[in-house]
Amino acid sequence: MAVRVQSESFDPGAELERFGTGPDVGAVVTFTGVVRDDSGKLSRMEIEHYPGMTERALAAIEAEATARWQLTGSLIIHRYGALAPGERIMMVATAARHRAEAFAAAEFLMDYLKSRAPFWKKEIGADGTSWVAAKDADEAALTRW
Amino acid sequence: MIDVLYFAWVRERIGLPKERLDTGATTVAALVEELRAREDRYAAAFEDLASLRVALDQELSDFDAPLAGVREVAFFPPMTGG
Repeated sequence: MAVRVQSESFDPGAELERFGTGPDVGAVVTFTGVVRDDSGKLSRMEIEHYPGMTERALAAIEAEATARWQLTGSLIIHRYGALAPGERIMMVATAARHRAEAFAAAEFLMDYLKSRAPFWKKEIGADGTSWVAAKDADEAALTRW
Repeated sequence: MIDVLYFAWVRERIGLPKERLDTGATTVAALVEELRAREDRYAAAFEDLASLRVALDQELSDFDAPLAGVREVAFFPPMTGG
C-alpha cells in the first residue's frame, strides 16, 4: 500500500516490476492517466494541489479500497506541476488474488481520485488558459460505490 | 487566528494563496460573509458557493460547519484529479 505525490515523472514499467509480487497475488491491474490534447493547441497542463490534504485524501481513498476488497497491494502515484501533452499524470495499481477485486478496486480508486483528491488542472494553450471544470458525470460516478 | 488557503481560480481571483485572519466567525458561512464584505476580489471569488468546496483542517467539509477549534480553512473549486 503506497501513495506518492510528486512533480517528477515515473516509469510505469519499473513501478510494475516492483509491484504485486508474492505467492497470494493472482491479478494485477494498472491504469495510467496521460495529458490529452483535444484541441491540438495545448502547450502544457499545470496541476495544482493542496500539500498535506492531498496525501491524507489519497491515503483515505486507498484505505477505503483496502477495506472493501481483499487487496494484496495498491499503489497511487499522482504528479503535480507543469506537464506537456502526452506526459503521464498519474497511475494506480491494484493487486489481488483474483481479477474481479483488482479491477473493481482500481476503478474505485480512479473514481474517487477524480473528485475527492485536491488536484486542479489548468490548460495553457495557443488560445489562452482555462481551468478544467469538474464534470457532473465524475461526481455521479461515486454513487455506484 | 486561523489560516485561510485558496486554490486554483479562487486563489487567482483573490490574488494570494494564503493569509492568516483574526476572525470572530463561528461558521464557514459566516467567514465567507466576512470575506465577501472586505473587497470586490473576495466578493468575486465567493460569488457562487455552489461552485466552491471547503476543507477544514484538510478534511472536506461544508459551509454550515462550525469553526470552533479549526486551524486551517481552505476554499477551492470542485477537484479534478486523475
